[in-house]
Amino acid sequence: MTRIFDPHIHMSSRTTDDYEAMAAAGVAVLVEPAFWLGQPRTSVGSFVDYFASLLGWEPFRAEQFGVAHFCALALNPKEANDPGLRDDVLAVLPRYLVKERVVCVGEVGYDSMTPAEDEVFARQLRLAVEHELPVMVHTPHRDKVAGTVRSLDVVRESGIPPERVLIDHNNELTARMVLDSGCWAGFSIYPDTKMDEQRMVRVLQEFGVERMLVNSAADWGRSDPLKTAKTGAAMADAGFLADDVDRVLWRNPVAFYGQSGRLQLPDTTVPPAAEATYEGSSILRGERPRPGA
Amino acid sequence: MTGTAGVEARRHVLADALREVLSEDDRHWQVEAIATVGADPAAIMRLFPAAGRVLPRRALVEEPLTAWSWTTDEAARALLLAALPAARRDQALRELYRYGDRYERSAVLRALDVLPVGTVTQELVPDALRTNDPRLVAAALSATGLAVLDERELVQAVLKCVFMDLDLTRLPLPEERIAPQMSRALADYALERVTARRSVPDALWPFVQRHPPHDVLAALRRVPQRTDPVEEPAE
Repeated sequence: MTRIFDPHIHMSSRTTDDYEAMAAAGVAVLVEPAFWLGQPRTSVGSFVDYFASLLGWEPFRAEQFGVAHFCALALNPKEANDPGLRDDVLAVLPRYLVKERVVCVGEVGYDSMTPAEDEVFARQLRLAVEHELPVMVHTPHRDKVAGTVRSLDVVRESGIPPERVLIDHNNELTARMVLDSGCWAGFSIYPDTKMDEQRMVRVLQEFGVERMLVNSAADWGRSDPLKTAKTGAAMADAGFLADDVDRVLWRNPVAFYGQSGRLQLPDTTVPPAAEATYEGSSILRGERPRPGA
Repeated sequence: MTGTAGVEARRHVLADALREVLSEDDRHWQVEAIATVGADPAAIMRLFPAAGRVLPRRALVEEPLTAWSWTTDEAARALLLAALPAARRDQALRELYRYGDRYERSAVLRALDVLPVGTVTQELVPDALRTNDPRLVAAALSATGLAVLDERELVQAVLKCVFMDLDLTRLPLPEERIAPQMSRALADYALERVTARRSVPDALWPFVQRHPPHDVLAALRRVPQRTDPVEEPAE
């Protein structure tokens, strides 16, 4: 079975059914980046509890299904605009960037391209350098080309080596400039909106597989956590070799996040199975884990 | 062994076991980190998380690893905490737990059993018992953790172990702390399981046998078509 590493997926809103389906489809590893909750947080405690959950309950949940969960942490672009919380969140963030399961600073970048977002973006790029972590940049859904151009400018100004930067949520119009900059290009595959797997196949045919990442995002809009697997299937249908599919869906995310020095992978020579709970989680080997009490 | 002598003895056993399993490089890191914390207590805020990035995570002594067993990084973290001046320790434990990931939290909870600490145990153990991560619950229920629970809390803690499929034979609970209320609560739970045609862990019965609730045991015997033989105390 194809081994899959979803490099950008929001799991805290997902059910155990989703984890089960993902594991069955071959998803063995994922990175969940910090984002907003669908409505604004009103205290720094909400961020602290959220970061703690991405390092506590969520990886435990994932483990029950044999999925290794890592995370990216940051103050997301939308909430960078909250003047009351911004400094407090940025002050507490470094406590979390040192955790072993944090493999990236993200999602950072622009939502509406405000001065506040500018400042918070730049500050978090500096934090990434300080903590020797790669960066995940969210590109805005509105005015995407302009937002991507500006994001690439900010990245260039920061001095971060481009190979340590993932520019995400690309489409046909942004792929070329992102790849030319030397950054990694991420594509979020959705059922209706933004990018779908057929378009993704055409993008891969045009631009190749180098520095390309495919994710299912699975955030607040209508989304499907199996889009990575479906993209792999579409690639195969279009004549890509199994090695190309493995490159895009596994080796590329491993290479990108491996730059953190913290990516400890489960044994992937063992195929995902119903008992993946043991293989995926040596820590609970010998005891049958059950979610909930 | 109870009290300070017990805590210290357990810590020495831990240090010996850790020394056996760490590589030379990792032992070197550990020794340096302990010295740093001794000289500059605030450094523990950075070295405690770092231990998880640097050191391997393996069973310290036993295999297979269960929720009840110490890991190498937990042992190393406990020894870092031991290097703190006593006056700084409780506050450090609170902060490291508050801002800890799941591995750091279990390390803090296990450390409570091998360090002289103050009232922090009473704050952290009830918090851990509200989580659904079996590893955190098991870490909280060391001899030291159990000692801060009153009778009612103890019943809830033991029930929680059963719910989470934690092996009750590993719970370091002195027999004299098993009160009639606990025997009854576990017998009631067994009745629920048996009525639902589900199995009951063998380790539950010694708790029931301590103060056997005869009415519940009678009800258990009346349940038809039990799926497995139920071991009951002789009357």
